[in-house]
Amino acid sequence: MSANLSAFLYLVAGVLFILSLRGLSSPASSRQGNLFGMIGMAIAVATTLANHPPADGLAWVLVIVGIAIGAVIGAVIARRVPMTSMPELVAAFHSLVGMAAVLVAAGAFYAPEAFDIGTPGNIHPQSLVEMSLGVAIGALTFTGSVIAFLKLSARMSGAPIILPGRHIINIAIAVALVFFIVRLVLTGGAIDFWLIVILALALGVLMIIPIGGADMPVVISMLNSYSGWAAAGIGFTLGNSALIITGALVGSSGAILSYIMCHAMNRSFISVILGGFGGETAAAGGGAGGEQKPAKLGSADDAAFIMKNASKVIIVPGYGMAVAQAQHALREMADILKKEGVEVKYAIHPVAGRMPGHMNVLLAEANVPYDEVFELEDINSEFAQADIAFVIGANDVTNPAAEEDKTSPIYGMPVLQVWKAGTVMFIKRSLASGYAGIDNPLFYRDNTMMLLGDAKKVTENIVKAM
Amino acid sequence: MEHAAQVVDPFIFRLSIFVLAVFVGYFVVWSVTPALHTPLMSVTNAISSVIVVGALLAGGVANVSSGSGWARAFGFVALIFACINIFGGFLVTQRMLAMYKKKSK
Repeated sequence: MSANLSAFLYLVAGVLFILSLRGLSSPASSRQGNLFGMIGMAIAVATTLANHPPADGLAWVLVIVGIAIGAVIGAVIARRVPMTSMPELVAAFHSLVGMAAVLVAAGAFYAPEAFDIGTPGNIHPQSLVEMSLGVAIGALTFTGSVIAFLKLSARMSGAPIILPGRHIINIAIAVALVFFIVRLVLTGGAIDFWLIVILALALGVLMIIPIGGADMPVVISMLNSYSGWAAAGIGFTLGNSALIITGALVGSSGAILSYIMCHAMNRSFISVILGGFGGETAAAGGGAGGEQKPAKLGSADDAAFIMKNASKVIIVPGYGMAVAQAQHALREMADILKKEGVEVKYAIHPVAGRMPGHMNVLLAEANVPYDEVFELEDINSEFAQADIAFVIGANDVTNPAAEEDKTSPIYGMPVLQVWKAGTVMFIKRSLASGYAGIDNPLFYRDNTMMLLGDAKKVTENIVKAM
Repeated sequence: MEHAAQVVDPFIFRLSIFVLAVFVGYFVVWSVTPALHTPLMSVTNAISSVIVVGALLAGGVANVSSGSGWARAFGFVALIFACINIFGGFLVTQRMLAMYKKKSK
């Protein structure tokens, strides 16, 4: 196969990857998009094998065995993972991309002739720059994603770990990284290569440990972006357009998602990166409850009666619903209401789950049609016309303090204006504050009815009462 | 006057592709519906594993020196990681996307 033909085929693969993302603009075209992605990947792999076939029989065996092992593990994971665990899975996948980038760079460093970038010990300086950037970002993505995985899967506490002088340590590591990258480019020494890897691995850990659990949706998007830039760096080393295009796509995708998540939490990207959020705010929220106001408690029977007589109900699900596995009971409730002629819609805040779009997946899994699910800006104006806002497992994203109380830590965050509905029903375990540790004044309002208990049990009781 | 043959460094071509792809990515990703942001992350994960081409090059290198032996080992492990991502990423995306249904009636 000529070099021109293979370069062209890599370009085709790159375009197919663009189309795979383009397909996600609507659920209807998304499945076709995913197929384009698979075809693109197949073309890229086939082109590489045709153009640079493994050198001997053993190499062929290694390649086939490697693909087979990966395929089996990947397929089993994809089939078994519960949808509530998607954030952990994505974090784990990011770590693999990061590590693969490091290993490919190491392979290129030890066998540069296979990559057309020079001979051992005498690699083109420009390739060394590209390679070292790819390897540094890749190593950082690897350990950062491992920490994010441990935090998201609760194998490690979500509380921020604040080291004294952590900013100085991080800056020192960054400076050292630059120093060794320069030395690698000048001397091509293997020691410098591995020092870059070690320093970047350490930096990845130090960057993510101070970030609290509430900011994980930003972290996971950010690591998504990093994994893309790492791939692009390796793409430059290999001179492979499919890899460069994909790296750029993934890098900008992750960056945009980070921006959307920061915006939804009214946090600046810098303050998330600096970390420490979620540690001290819990104390601040506790102090506000000086005067004990009475909250109106309701029963499942009351809720069932009121909802059946309503004409429009907006359901606001939060992560608490997913933890209680209440989504199926919730959909059953919505089905009964629809049969009674009640209009039912779902309102989703961008940070309702643990990663961008997580709640939409959880509802889709419970067979909620996607055209009944609406984003914050599309549905906020409708609460005023709704008879009931049914809040299940969400709290902070409905807090009116974000619009009314300038002293609140979440002031300015966009929230779902559930309080404008005729009646607000809150399904919660207790009257305690939410994830961000902030008291919700909505609990004590006249038009609020609290349904205390496990989200799944309460919903099931409502269904029975109907 | 004689024209000097001006050769553009291939790096510039790669950089052009990269910069344009960043812009393409920017516009394509903003057009993704927020309801599909989780599948977006899993599919970007899968496609970024096209780094597998590097793993194939390293894993299949001619075994002539200790350096190429190392390259094979690194390539083999990278190949497994990338393939976990490719198969896992595309299949889990497919599983998620199959759940998104319109109102049936």
